[in-house]
Amino acid sequence: MRELNLEPNIADPDGFYDELIAAHSTLSKQESDAFNARLVLILANHIGDRAVLAAALEAAK
Amino acid sequence: MASRYQTAFKLYPYEKVAAQDNKHVVRHPVVIVGGGPIGMTLALDLCQRGTPVLVLDDHDGVGLGSRAICFARRTLEIADRLGFGDVLRGKGVRWDVGKVFYGADKVFEFNLSPEAGYKAPAFINLQQPFFEKFAVEQIRKEQAAGAPIEIRGCNEVVSVEDKGDFVRLRVDTPDGPYELEADWLIACDGARSPVREMLGLSFEGRVFEDNFLIADVKMKADFPPERWFWFEPSFEGAGQSALLHKQPDDIWRIDFQLGWDIDRKVELEPAKIRARVDAMLGPNAQYELEWTSIYTFQCRRMEKFCHGPVLFAGDSAHQVSPFGARGANSGVQDADNLAWKLDLVVKGLAPQSLLDSYGEEREHGADENILNSTRATDFLTPKSDMSKIFRNAVLNLAGKYGFARTMVNSGRLSVPCVYDGLSLNADDEFGGPHISRVGASCPDAPHGEGYLLDLLKGDFTLLAINAEAPTSLEVDGIAANIIMIDRPHDALAARYLGDQKSAIYLIRPDQHICARWPAYDAAKVIAALNHACGRH
Repeated sequence: MRELNLEPNIADPDGFYDELIAAHSTLSKQESDAFNARLVLILANHIGDRAVLAAALEAAK
Repeated sequence: MASRYQTAFKLYPYEKVAAQDNKHVVRHPVVIVGGGPIGMTLALDLCQRGTPVLVLDDHDGVGLGSRAICFARRTLEIADRLGFGDVLRGKGVRWDVGKVFYGADKVFEFNLSPEAGYKAPAFINLQQPFFEKFAVEQIRKEQAAGAPIEIRGCNEVVSVEDKGDFVRLRVDTPDGPYELEADWLIACDGARSPVREMLGLSFEGRVFEDNFLIADVKMKADFPPERWFWFEPSFEGAGQSALLHKQPDDIWRIDFQLGWDIDRKVELEPAKIRARVDAMLGPNAQYELEWTSIYTFQCRRMEKFCHGPVLFAGDSAHQVSPFGARGANSGVQDADNLAWKLDLVVKGLAPQSLLDSYGEEREHGADENILNSTRATDFLTPKSDMSKIFRNAVLNLAGKYGFARTMVNSGRLSVPCVYDGLSLNADDEFGGPHISRVGASCPDAPHGEGYLLDLLKGDFTLLAINAEAPTSLEVDGIAANIIMIDRPHDALAARYLGDQKSAIYLIRPDQHICARWPAYDAAKVIAALNHACGRH
């Protein structure tokens, strides 16, 4: 089992953050909420590992 | 002539000069408009190189108010090269540590100088008027030693006529107007640049709808000399964010983010400011208000910095938000970049096209600064509900997890600009360290009893580390200084050799790296030097 990585892991964090916010810029609050839900599901599927996902759910609490 | 501001130091009082008789119009090789930190740094650099320079300023000294306070390592290195680095460091407050708070809680802290082996600290805090004063004092020393420089105070440029290969200026003085001409006019006249206005050049960008209140207070306090930044501070009236930062002479910079819809006059009332400061420092804090101001800001730049015989440097060419200390620090890098190129062009040693590279390199620098300061501002002032939800999620996680700290943005503090992939660069022929790649400014490192950058005094330099090199080098009138190092200090080896055994670096007069090779090859070195001077 791999461990949940909570250390810096994105090469360009400012660029990523910018892109994330920009993805929401034309959306209503409701659309943004739905977008976030889809994004979480897509990222969760990419991670796949159930133990890592469980640890992420815990870390976000 | 109207005075726009009070002066903190009267450094160049008006004196009538013979050229004002209007009998003949004098042509100058270089005229700099604006005696701020950028104009004076550029003037100092040029006069040290022996290129005659005239500075025109519409006041007789340095404006009151601290304004820029954070001077970065690269600026201190440039000042060192020009001879006033020690005095800046002597007066300034050194700082390396920043702390970030969210509400009442400290989220994390960072150290900007994790590595030793640099002469200059990551940052000093110093009120801008001192920077300007020390630059002028250095100019006076050069002047006394015969350097060709003149500063004319209370000389206000009221018209600029671009004649193609020179400009004609009309200058107003207390004794009335006169005219002069310049082969090159460098506009260092600030964000509202009258020269830019007179030439009808645009200055497009993004306005940020926010107001920031600066209160510089004088107090004895035992806070450490660190940058403390609060998101959503818990103290009353602070607004969306607040900043506390130490300056010399027991002055502390406090910033409050007030939002967009405010009444400036009301917010600037001393009682109102004191209420805010009291809430931050506690009811028993004893302090005096030294200087207060409300500012808004824009992120924008001129499309091109070079317009025939008129070049723009500093705030006249580009403006950023203050978060990141990228205003004055980038302007000083403009001056550093321009001085040696202009000197070679004026002396006929390089073609005028070399100045195009000033535009290319510093427009790149401005874009980098605008990008960073725009992102910081968007983090400080989220533009939508969802943006704020993410911002607060990042702050919330940053207290616990390292990854989120990299996303917290209270200003990405100024680091030296790297001219990656730009026109003047030549060969990068060995797998040396990334930090000293072609286009970067030379990282400092200990050498002998001092530091490497002490040896890079404003000429081209050939640096040979564990490598054979000639004892002298001159290429068509441009001489390079030779530095041979056989037993490099560990930090120097780490920064310039990495896992390589030997290296030859060709370094520009502004300490940026032109090219590097594992061993000396005369033809390649000569070609790279000519290339860096725009000579093909």
